Amino acid sequence: MAATQEEIVAGLAEIVNEIAGIPVEDVQLDKSFTDDLDVDSLSMVEVVVAAEERFDVKIPDEDVKNLKTVGDATEYILKHQG
Amino acid sequence: MPKIKPAKGAPYARILGVGGYRPTRVVPNEVILERIDSSDEWIRSRSGIETRHWASPEETVAAMSVEASGKAIAGAGIDASQIGAVVVSTVSHFSQTPAIATEIADRLGTNKAAAFDISAGCAGFGYGLTLAKGMVVEGSAEYVLVIGVERLSDLTDLEDRATAFLFGDGAGAVVVGPSQEPAIGPTVWGSEGDKAQTIKQTVSWDRFHTGDVSELPVDSEGNIKFPAITQEGQAVFRWAVFEMAKVAQQALDAAGISSDDLDVFIPHQANVRIIDSMVKTLKLPEHVTVARDIRTTGNTSAASIPLAMERLLATGEAKSGDTALVIGFGAGLVYAATVVTLP
Repeated sequence: MAATQEEIVAGLAEIVNEIAGIPVEDVQLDKSFTDDLDVDSLSMVEVVVAAEERFDVKIPDEDVKNLKTVGDATEYILKHQG
Repeated sequence: MPKIKPAKGAPYARILGVGGYRPTRVVPNEVILERIDSSDEWIRSRSGIETRHWASPEETVAAMSVEASGKAIAGAGIDASQIGAVVVSTVSHFSQTPAIATEIADRLGTNKAAAFDISAGCAGFGYGLTLAKGMVVEGSAEYVLVIGVERLSDLTDLEDRATAFLFGDGAGAVVVGPSQEPAIGPTVWGSEGDKAQTIKQTVSWDRFHTGDVSELPVDSEGNIKFPAITQEGQAVFRWAVFEMAKVAQQALDAAGISSDDLDVFIPHQANVRIIDSMVKTLKLPEHVTVARDIRTTGNTSAASIPLAMERLLATGEAKSGDTALVIGFGAGLVYAATVVTLP
């Protein structure tokens, strides 16, 4: 069953917490991965790969650069999840 | 029909000796920062690199190779005249022909050993090792010298903040020879040419002789830039960590080795973040020693694995007889992984 927006944000929060050590409550829709959450370009790749597995979605390299905020990623996953 | 007599090879092959050469000049991040807007902390956190070695004009590809090879030959306990073939992997020998391997074979005092260069980027050591193993077992050479050597400082754009800090120079060499026991596992290797654009040279050489230089990239002073290595960082990172972890696991499986049996992991020294993520993805046990020579050597492409191997043995972090997983991956894209017994 497809994940809801809430479930996706919660999932991303867990992933970001595991990879970058950011408290889950800091991961909000309007937060920028690089500017607010200290997720650098390489950690972002790890976040993307973990999100792909968790939400059964493919996020090609050329799309990763458009995912600036948690909201961008959530919307992308909502639209593309299997 | 006459019967063709085959060569008589050894039952198996092993690495008998390893040697390395690091250029005298040590270049700290502060020197890199003179040309790019970045910071020591940024470079360390993205790559793990603190210092790298840059070669002087005298430290040529051949000179560095001869130094590294001399140590490998001494370690193997053989004489240079016993070497039947010299395989050199490099992307930074700037004379198209002849191959640099022939000069190296001559300077080492081999007895007219077969000598040739291969181009397999950062997988070059594994490609060379695989060729060497084949030659020893097939019988076309009793001892084969495999050299990975680079002067990547010559192919670095010092004004590109994404790569200026990344590359280093050096040479690593191993002698491969006969063994009564298997000591080099099956190679898992391949290429993915559909991803050729992810790591490449900025401008091809033939652009320089067409006469029209108007579109060639120029530096901040207006001088035409020498070609440099450029890469798509995120795409390469994803491929290296997640696809290469699978290849590394396949190499373990092909050799019948579990990660519990493994003593040492020597991945290509591309970036410490790639190394750390691979270790995590492979779930390597705590007891496995992981090479992180990149911190003080930078990315030396084909030279990185033998250089890291030599350092682990020299510092005592690894010892002769240890079982090591080696994996190289890079421009092509190409890759090669195998399990070896350390010399």
